[in-house]
Amino acid sequence: MVKIIYNLKVIYILWLRQVKRHFRSKSRIFASVAQPLLFLVALGFGFQSMYSAAGNGDYIQFLAPGIIGMSIIFSAMFSGIEVISDKQFGFLKETLVAPVSRLTIMFGRTLGGATVAISQGILVFIVSLFLGFQPVSWALLPVTLLFMILMSLLFTSVGTAFASFFSDMHAFPVIINFIVMPMFFLSGALFPVDNLAKVLGVIVRINPLSYGIDGLRGSLISNFHFGIWTDFSVLIVVTLAFLSLGGYLFKKIQV
Amino acid sequence: MIDVQHLTKKFADFVAVNDLSLHIQKGEMFAFLGPNGAGKSTTIKIFTTLLTPTSGEVKINGFDIIAEQNRVRNSFGIVFQDQSLDDELTAYENMDFHGVIYNLSKNIRRERIETFLKLVDLWDRKDSLVKEFSGGMKRRLEMARGLLHEPTVLFLDEPTLGLDPQTRNHIWSYIKKLNQEKGLTVFFTTHYMEEAEKYAQRLAIIDHGVIKALGSPTELKTQTHTETLEEAFLNLTGYDIRDENASSSEIMRQQRKMRRH
Repeated sequence: MVKIIYNLKVIYILWLRQVKRHFRSKSRIFASVAQPLLFLVALGFGFQSMYSAAGNGDYIQFLAPGIIGMSIIFSAMFSGIEVISDKQFGFLKETLVAPVSRLTIMFGRTLGGATVAISQGILVFIVSLFLGFQPVSWALLPVTLLFMILMSLLFTSVGTAFASFFSDMHAFPVIINFIVMPMFFLSGALFPVDNLAKVLGVIVRINPLSYGIDGLRGSLISNFHFGIWTDFSVLIVVTLAFLSLGGYLFKKIQV
Repeated sequence: MIDVQHLTKKFADFVAVNDLSLHIQKGEMFAFLGPNGAGKSTTIKIFTTLLTPTSGEVKINGFDIIAEQNRVRNSFGIVFQDQSLDDELTAYENMDFHGVIYNLSKNIRRERIETFLKLVDLWDRKDSLVKEFSGGMKRRLEMARGLLHEPTVLFLDEPTLGLDPQTRNHIWSYIKKLNQEKGLTVFFTTHYMEEAEKYAQRLAIIDHGVIKALGSPTELKTQTHTETLEEAFLNLTGYDIRDENASSSEIMRQQRKMRRH
């Protein structure tokens, strides 16, 4: 019991550190909202008339959940860079020589990174309201939040797993972009996934982000493609898998 | 306090530390000297549980570094060669973070953070972000942090590297004070021979992972028939310039490269 409380305190202080670092850097917050905003405005208004002409309704309505998902996956994956910078600037050693297990450290970090990602998602949600996005049911917002939490946890652990592996701070963003970009474009964030070409349809189905986006879109504008329980189960399983992988790789870090 | 028996560490086929045995008394100030790449940092990493030895036994404060890892971790404090503070937190927050991960209660944290920040003359800067600190201030803060959980052994890996003489004197006076007042065991590495001569009761000179000489500064000078510790050092380790490898993984990478050629 004492040990559990101790570990929870350690997780809390690691979490607090990351949240503090994030909210102290106004430029970081601004920069990470700027890109989703650009996508919302450019694509949202750009494809608006074409989309509604095809009889699908309002494109902003469709796009906003996708862009919220995008801000989450980017923020979550890039939080891994903190592992690398801690490796490079030595702070990681401070935590690794302390009498706590590495799993606890990795968990605290992941929660911190995930919290930052969720806050970005919420921020983009608020911004999208100003651009004319309207959730169908406000009562379903807790479900949306739940999907945000799952996605944030999932992609923060993916980011941590990668960061444990690499020690090159300049290569990391390139590698992450190399993974995030195709995941984002092939997730149904930008276009409806029904009636896709066969290959594309398969790719969308094996992309875990698709289920996160679907969960967000389903709970925000009542438009589930895979269904809430499918989204939910897939995300839970994949998240647990990557949390374990992240934990395993983090344990193996040598400084 | 530090008991090392037949410690060996290999990276692939490179032997970083070779059959090293050492015994350091409680309250001793011990200097660990050697050219770049001699195995000093690897040894400290093993002592501080960051690396596991290939063979041999190490006990810190009576605890085995493998079987009793967490007790060992509670027993020592460390100031790393390169700084390990969080730049974007304040001095106080860095201290508090350390206190929490070493399981100190809130009251003890508050009390000790004040004591140790005052010891290193940083109490009036406690709410400043570390990124605003000079190199010397950062080093002092790291010292205070390393002492927060009241360790019995303090490891200092080149604690005064790149600091001006004023700060160096300050840092050594804190260390000396703690050593005398609390019986703190201090194990340090340095490239400044005069520091080793002035502050260490005993020292070891290590090269290619092997201890070349061990004893008090005077003993070492007599043994090598030299006038200064620097001469003794050069006498024992030779005059060649060494290339230091950045890290253990770096060593492995280079070796892999060598084998490929």
